[in-house]
Amino acid sequence: MSSLSYLVSRLMQIIPTFLLVMVVIFLLVRMLPGDPAIAMADAKATEAQLELIRQKLGLNEPLVMQFLYFVKNTLSGDMGTSILLKAPVLEVIAERIPVTAFLTLYAVCLSILIAGPLAFVAALNKNGGLDIAIRTGFQIGLSTPVFYIGLLLLTFLAASLGLFPVGGYGATFLQRLHHLILPALTVALYTSAIIMRNLRSAVIEVLDADYVQFARSKGLSRSVILGRHVLRNAMISTVTLLGLSIGALMSGTLVTETVFAVPGLGRLMLEAIFARDYPLIQGLTLTFAVMVSLVFLFTDMVQAWLDPRLRLS
Amino acid sequence: MMTSQNKSLLQVRDLTTTFYRNGRALRAVDGISFDVHAGEVLGLVGESGSGKSISLRSIIGLARDYGTVEGNVYWKGEDLLTRTDKQLQCVRGSQISMIFQEPMTSLNPLLTVGLQIEENLKAHTDLDRPARKARAIELLDTVGIPGASSRLRDFPHQFSGGMRQRVMIAIALASCPELLLADEPTTALDVTIQDQILQLLLSLAKNLNMAIVLVTHDLGVVAQTCDRVAVMYAGRLVETGSVRDVLKRPRHPYTLGLLKSVPESVPPRTPLYSVPGTPPALDALPKGCAFAPRCHMVEDICLGNRPPLSEIGEQISSACHFPEVAGEEVSA
Repeated sequence: MSSLSYLVSRLMQIIPTFLLVMVVIFLLVRMLPGDPAIAMADAKATEAQLELIRQKLGLNEPLVMQFLYFVKNTLSGDMGTSILLKAPVLEVIAERIPVTAFLTLYAVCLSILIAGPLAFVAALNKNGGLDIAIRTGFQIGLSTPVFYIGLLLLTFLAASLGLFPVGGYGATFLQRLHHLILPALTVALYTSAIIMRNLRSAVIEVLDADYVQFARSKGLSRSVILGRHVLRNAMISTVTLLGLSIGALMSGTLVTETVFAVPGLGRLMLEAIFARDYPLIQGLTLTFAVMVSLVFLFTDMVQAWLDPRLRLS
Repeated sequence: MMTSQNKSLLQVRDLTTTFYRNGRALRAVDGISFDVHAGEVLGLVGESGSGKSISLRSIIGLARDYGTVEGNVYWKGEDLLTRTDKQLQCVRGSQISMIFQEPMTSLNPLLTVGLQIEENLKAHTDLDRPARKARAIELLDTVGIPGASSRLRDFPHQFSGGMRQRVMIAIALASCPELLLADEPTTALDVTIQDQILQLLLSLAKNLNMAIVLVTHDLGVVAQTCDRVAVMYAGRLVETGSVRDVLKRPRHPYTLGLLKSVPESVPPRTPLYSVPGTPPALDALPKGCAFAPRCHMVEDICLGNRPPLSEIGEQISSACHFPEVAGEEVSA
């Protein structure tokens, strides 16, 4: 009951966020240098032809009007036509969303699988050899640029050893798992380093907490103490961090998808920026904003589920 | 100390707990020995940092993760210190329970109170789910939580401090332990609630024939609740004896100091007495008696020689070179 009202109040918070995002997107794109009409037309276009294109795009209207049109059209699902691909923006994006969503989710799962157990091992061996080894390994992972890790993986595992495809996106679920493992791993190495550090210190802190000492004094088994008392409490701060890093991870797909030739939103965004494809840039930015907001919403839901103090206060 | 061994439930011998900080060894507990008899309430008294809490935690193996614990802790003839954590599981929470000082932080904030009681029952009894639930309600009822059956699904943050302390007692008593280690259970509570909790503990101990080691810094609490008292200073025991004897005539100047700092029937606006100075740092203990720098009757021998805890009367021991004059002021 009160969980439901929490969900509703959290959903209400999204509306002003989106309005703000739309203003920012609208203004940002208009502040980018360069004339989209020139980008659309070929190099030999006359001033009259350019003017025609500007009129078609509504670029001559006052800013306020342009914005109102933009909001109205976006809400009705019309995000314009991509200058680059000559197809409706919504269609182009809808086609690519599953790829990026799959890649992101894949990377998140990999990060959790890598970071979770290692964080526990490191925390339980605090300052021991294993702990230091794990932390050093992730430190290297954190301080290496994502694209560089990607290129290394690509060169050795895909190109030289031929274990994985160098690019593309498979048709079936299993093919996708296989095709996307290197890009997902590339992204995951970075996120897992962040998660590992946070979860490790959270576990160390929770292990010393009074309620864990009390749980131990109750004669509970180690697995119950670690699973029920330590893990859940340590996860609270890590879940927030994971949510935040998924936001960063999505912008990271710009690089990863380009390096691995994955036909997702990130690569599309890069192409759209180079082509000054305003409608597409706007549509993509909005899509990213929606996806990140949904991730944050989901993160908050997980937290509320974990922590009754949030749910019931 | 001299009671026959089979009568005592718990025998602590030369318990020494050492922590290591920056390569230096700090003895938080330094060779303490005491017995706890079935059904009695033993007060362990001292200032903050004197090693009382660490002693309790050392007894059930909660301190060894942070340092080394040496000596012997005999429980029913078996040395608990030689047992592994896994072997200790069947003693902890079922035969020896512990309650902590801070009710606000000692319950897991993410789990319902019902679950936190039931997990103790699940670990130590054969009760099935409905029986565990019934027992949990009974326990909450016993410790005086109104509407017990409707509160099982509540989380700790929905209880007040005093109520949380009651919940903790209910959890600790779930499997009817023979010994309760109570680490300053009332320090964090309002004065009015303190008294209620102490009375509750005493009546429960009586009904269950459960012994209690009550750690406190308040001799007033000791006078109200305990049968025997052991006074700790800088990791060592400085005086032990029956509450009546010790409070009537302390044999150690530190006990006397503590006694004088209890505000009792003094006229208004009288400044409260406090023992001058502060306890020594563990890495800078004086060579002789640790209390010597604060003692009003210090002599040369105190500075060079550490007095051992020795029996000076029937069931009274003191670690002072001048036990006969130490407590004169009270008895006079």
